[in-house]
Amino acid sequence: MRQIMTKRNLTGLSALAVLALAAAGCGNSSSPSSTTSSGTAHQGGTFTILANSAFGVADPAQNYTLEEWQLLINTHDGLVGFAHVGGLPGTKIVPDLATSIPQPTNGGKTYVFHIRRGIKFSNGQTLTPQDFVTTFDRQFTVPGPTSFYSDFVGASSCSTKGCNLEKAGGVVPNNSAYTLTINLTTPDPELMDQLSLPFAYAVPANTSPKLTGNSVPPGTGPYMWKSYNPNTEAVLVRNPYFHVWSKVAQPNGYPNEIIEKYGLQVSDEVTEVENGEADEVFDGDQIPSDQLTTLNSPTYASQVHVNTLTADWYMALNTTRPPFNNLKARQAINYAANRTAYVKIAGGPSLAVPACQILPPNFPSYVAYCPYTTGPKTVWSGPNVAEAKALVKASGTMGDKVVVNSTNDQVGTELAEQMVSDLDSIGYKASTQLLSATNQYPFVQNSANSSKWNVAWSAWYQDYPAPSDFLNVLLGCGTIHKNSDASPNIAEFCDPTINNLIKEAEADGSSDPAKASQLWTEIDHMDTQQAPWVDLYNPKQIDFLAKNVHGYEWNPQWYILIDQLWLSK
Amino acid sequence: MAAIVQQAGTTELRPAIAGRSPWALAWRRLRRNRIAMAALAVFILIVLISLAAPLYAHDIAHDPSVLSPNLNGTTIIHGKVSPVMVEGGGLLKLGETPIGPTWDIHHYFLGADNIGRDVTALLLYGGRASLQIGVCSAVLCCVAATIVALIAGFFGGLTDAILSRLMDVIWAFPVYLLAICLATELLTHSNGVRVGFLTVSATSLWTPTAIIAFIYVPYVYRPVRGQVLSVVNKEFVEAAVAQGASNFRLIFSEVLPNVVSTVIVLLPLMIATTILTESALSYLSVGVQPPNVSWGTIIADGQDLLYTRPWVSLAPGIMIVLTVLALNVLGDGVRDALDPRASVRVG
Repeated sequence: MRQIMTKRNLTGLSALAVLALAAAGCGNSSSPSSTTSSGTAHQGGTFTILANSAFGVADPAQNYTLEEWQLLINTHDGLVGFAHVGGLPGTKIVPDLATSIPQPTNGGKTYVFHIRRGIKFSNGQTLTPQDFVTTFDRQFTVPGPTSFYSDFVGASSCSTKGCNLEKAGGVVPNNSAYTLTINLTTPDPELMDQLSLPFAYAVPANTSPKLTGNSVPPGTGPYMWKSYNPNTEAVLVRNPYFHVWSKVAQPNGYPNEIIEKYGLQVSDEVTEVENGEADEVFDGDQIPSDQLTTLNSPTYASQVHVNTLTADWYMALNTTRPPFNNLKARQAINYAANRTAYVKIAGGPSLAVPACQILPPNFPSYVAYCPYTTGPKTVWSGPNVAEAKALVKASGTMGDKVVVNSTNDQVGTELAEQMVSDLDSIGYKASTQLLSATNQYPFVQNSANSSKWNVAWSAWYQDYPAPSDFLNVLLGCGTIHKNSDASPNIAEFCDPTINNLIKEAEADGSSDPAKASQLWTEIDHMDTQQAPWVDLYNPKQIDFLAKNVHGYEWNPQWYILIDQLWLSK
Repeated sequence: MAAIVQQAGTTELRPAIAGRSPWALAWRRLRRNRIAMAALAVFILIVLISLAAPLYAHDIAHDPSVLSPNLNGTTIIHGKVSPVMVEGGGLLKLGETPIGPTWDIHHYFLGADNIGRDVTALLLYGGRASLQIGVCSAVLCCVAATIVALIAGFFGGLTDAILSRLMDVIWAFPVYLLAICLATELLTHSNGVRVGFLTVSATSLWTPTAIIAFIYVPYVYRPVRGQVLSVVNKEFVEAAVAQGASNFRLIFSEVLPNVVSTVIVLLPLMIATTILTESALSYLSVGVQPPNVSWGTIIADGQDLLYTRPWVSLAPGIMIVLTVLALNVLGDGVRDALDPRASVRVG
């Protein structure tokens, strides 16, 4: 998913992580605590997070932000979920409210889940299979990213006006056998990933089909929502009905209370955590350059954790109009882009890694590939301006005007200015077009505006660890939605050959995962050769905790596991 | 020339007192106002050093591409080559910090900004942009407002009602909100905005100039229209009407000269206001667009560096304060000079 950009971090939308996540992506992070869950010795206290702003509407059927998801994983559960542990094992999908992960039948279109008995919501209601009908119906009746479940039978007739997946046969509960059958219109090898997202977390059957606003429906996790006010704070307290049924899926948490406070400047958040007045700076908040210098001090060495994210920061090239409807022109700017400079804008090598290809490192099907550099074609080592100039000349686009679109915040502006400099250096006449972060992403997605820009900044953080989340969502022909603000293939890149391979890889995902993985690698490299983007770098993320916080664990999917942190006196 | 002066039955010849126009009298009064003249001197000095920006870039800093990112660049500090962007220290090496002031006029005197550009050069180029936009938008605004006010005040009736309500509509918008809306719209016109035979690039300095001029028209229109209304009923205007003067002549020969002093009093105050507005819009990234810089954009660049590199934001902030202060003091002086009894204030 796209995130609102910040300098060294992410603000906003969730991001999920990786398979191999670089040694658990824990660049400089402290080693995970030996206490992974549930011990009572460390239980107690109030864990306070400081966030610059709240995450908007709290209804889990609509909210699409890392900020709320990091809390929702402690208050709710799905049929399945990513293992609630740090490091690489955290990318594994495990049964949660279901007793096991079912094998599909009916040609990959039917899944029968056995639901655990004896689990209660935080309001005391007992969980039943019927609850999932409401949960999935709400994906369509509440405005939100319904595309994750659009393959459910009956989904096509759902809208915000109404949805009855049970009647249509898409979600069939058996409340006596305690099973839930999900029927799909087409096989979906990523169904388990999608069911692990908070959208699919169970809510009681009597939950309103409409948006609940800032009132979060009850869940089954170790905590429950006591209050949420976007202007002040969110408060989570212990769910009195919770018991551990699967330690790996949903362990008990350590703090008695989790509070997320809103409204401080990030610099003040850092100061408060430095002084021990709060416990964490929300990991989506951008720590100012000045205070990064402070955090380099040995005093804070044990409090700062840096992790690599499976995300791309890139400049999409508009393939529908000159000069970048020309392959040579696209390859030229890929050769010319000085990725060292972009990495410095991101905060330096400790906070970003130069990138050439679409899939991020440590991601399924990733095989290092970088044709646009001076050295070996696996890792970016420097720009090749001579090659770039030759390609511009061969393309016949020398002297063309190029508009670089980006956000008007500091990092967006700096990235755009560097791109203008790179374009000018190979013979283009480039200028910037800076828009507010809230306007920029819809603007560049909408094809009605494609005549107004040539290069557009964007960033993408995985929803879940599957290559299609990058290669199909961002560069597949099917994700170009004309005149829509939700058309993630910003470059409007559509190569029929590659698109057929995407379909083949998706089809093989269930039947022959190894072959599918190879195909995704091939697609990644083909896309890179076609250069619909200038991939700039893969970002890293900082977690800054108070001195008395222990038990840090970083899950590649959910990032910091707040409930597994404990407080010393 | 001599005048015959008759006094107490005697007649004597004395040298005549030289006739002085109101403008000459005003200038004389202004020159006697030392504070106003000092403010004028400060303003002129700021204009001159801003105009010298290319001279500094080419001949002193020896870096003609000062407005381009220089993230991988180097400079000389105490005779040694040093990178402009310094990697963070400690175990984690977080962040890239631009070098601070070297106090060496040839090498990053005030240090570098977040993308390695010389802050001193940016300050001078930023001054050019801020002053150009401030002066031009204030002049454009005053000219447009005066024309509209003359028409509304002179013709009165329906014309006045329509124009005044139109001005009220513009006035009803919060100025910054209106400016941000206009800027956001205009910035998406990648091929520029076409006005008659003129095409203005979206990133041109004329875009914020036009926007700022437009949003302040009602603020000048109101006092000028008031003046016009008071002038059109004066005897000399009635006399001109009786002599058969055309409307055009009445407006431009009779009314305008009698309201122009109000506009002149407003002008320096408007320049101060428009410079502040430009800085605010540029700080919010909807004013001056890259690669151009203004004092507002430099302050925005430096806000993440306030603790370690405060000069990035402080220097343009000081320049804005000095300029606006000088213009306000000068404006007060001009007002006192033109009409010591007047008390015209902007918005």
